Amino acid sequence: MALEFRNVTKRFTTANNALTAVSDVNFRVAPGEFVSVVGPSGCGKSTILSMTAGLYQPTEGEVLVSDAPVTGPNSHVGFMLQKDLLLPWRSIISNIEFGLEARGVAKAERRDRAMKELAHCQLAGFENHYPYQLSGGMRQRAALARTLAIDPEIILLDEPFSALDAQTKLLLQNSFAGTIAETGKTTLLITHDLHEAVLMSDRILVLSERPGTIVAEIEVDLPRRDRPLERRVMPQVADYAAQLFKHLKLEEKAA
Amino acid sequence: MTEVSQAVAGRSVPATSAPARVGPRLMRLANPTVASLILLVIVLLAWEFLPTALDVPKFIIPTLSDCLAELARMWAYEGLLGHFLSTALYTVLGFIVGSLLGAVLGYLLGMSAFWEKVLSPYILALQIAPKVAFAPLFIMWFGYNAMPKLLVTVLIVFFPVLVNVLQAMRTVDRDLVNLARAYNLSRLGVFWKVEMPSTLPNLMAGLRIASTLAVIGVTVGELVGGNTGLGFLISYGGGQANAAMVFNAILLLTVIGYALYFALVKIEARVLHYLPRAEH
Repeated sequence: MALEFRNVTKRFTTANNALTAVSDVNFRVAPGEFVSVVGPSGCGKSTILSMTAGLYQPTEGEVLVSDAPVTGPNSHVGFMLQKDLLLPWRSIISNIEFGLEARGVAKAERRDRAMKELAHCQLAGFENHYPYQLSGGMRQRAALARTLAIDPEIILLDEPFSALDAQTKLLLQNSFAGTIAETGKTTLLITHDLHEAVLMSDRILVLSERPGTIVAEIEVDLPRRDRPLERRVMPQVADYAAQLFKHLKLEEKAA
Repeated sequence: MTEVSQAVAGRSVPATSAPARVGPRLMRLANPTVASLILLVIVLLAWEFLPTALDVPKFIIPTLSDCLAELARMWAYEGLLGHFLSTALYTVLGFIVGSLLGAVLGYLLGMSAFWEKVLSPYILALQIAPKVAFAPLFIMWFGYNAMPKLLVTVLIVFFPVLVNVLQAMRTVDRDLVNLARAYNLSRLGVFWKVEMPSTLPNLMAGLRIASTLAVIGVTVGELVGGNTGLGFLISYGGGQANAAMVFNAILLLTVIGYALYFALVKIEARVLHYLPRAEH
């Protein structure tokens, strides 16, 4: 398994109260699979991501990446947030190299790998630009290039499209899906956009409200995972979205 | 009216692109640099002719020509160049030492929440205390030499840099730090590659404030004790009712402060080249 959560519970304790973010979460992601996690806001989606990245440990249970327990930040996992987190004082190419610098990769090889990912993410020609000179969509692509440059086994995407306008979002989902399919990377996408989950994933995990636990698991049995723009027009998409809608009990909440 | 205000707003707009009915002479007036220079000329003329016209004696307000004559005399007989260079040197030296100390301590405290909490009340107290009031103490301790004025300058420069750096260290984007940690950067790596560059805009702002204060520190040090520097010339000239000498010393101190400030603005533009320019 590329990623496995075994009975994972995470509690945060502050001075005067304890808060259970996620409770007894179990799931597995196979190598090369694209899995989305959807759920209401504050259900612990980002907690799952942070534990996979090794930024903090589960209170109970185990998180395994490539069958090895995650004990701290590690090079098997690359993550991306809604914010692109590009360093504004670095050029795009040197931003892409950032993740390789602490790994003892020689300078020339760093540049090589970064240039390759730059081309992969359709940013060729922008290597010497600074982040402020790029549009929001291009900046997110640069962030993806940086994530791919470290050649992680798993890519964690935490709502990477939610700050973009609707059209840029569609194009970027398409470009991300293409790039990820090409590299064959295992991917975990955290999102609150139900259509996005359907368009991009092989499988969708639905989390309940806090304390988050998995209430449903939906296989998306549609072709062209690498082209969300093509999936978008398939009639089944609406059915899948409706299923998710039901699992999230959105109608009851609206009433 | 609108034509003129547009021209003021668009500094880089060449005069030729303005509507034809506004004359070229009026356009030049609307250029802020030209307007600024015209203002200078008006002030200089007023300075030259108003005191005589209003019968203000020379020892109260010397005219521009009085001051220039005194400047030539100071150059020839008072060793003005030496005084000027001494003040300039200690301004720059005090600025460098003070801001280095402020920056280093700011970064150290910024990395340790514990020590920041322990020391912050005392730092605040020292920051509030009027630093120039320390000058007589320093003279008692170190005597009539360059040390007291250097120390006053260091002390006065230290705080704005420290406070700006500390503030910036507190507000470094946590997500950026987490990203660097996820990429296996060491604590020191996180500092050099994320925290330190993130704080550069604040550091530069602190340095700019400090550069204007450095001149004050040196001047007070020289006023209170010692026999060199422009501050000394101020107290010496004051003692002789030589207002022109005092005027000249103040102007030259301003020149030193101005030069330091603009050097920093140039450095800042270089260092922070990656920030989008604000549209003026």
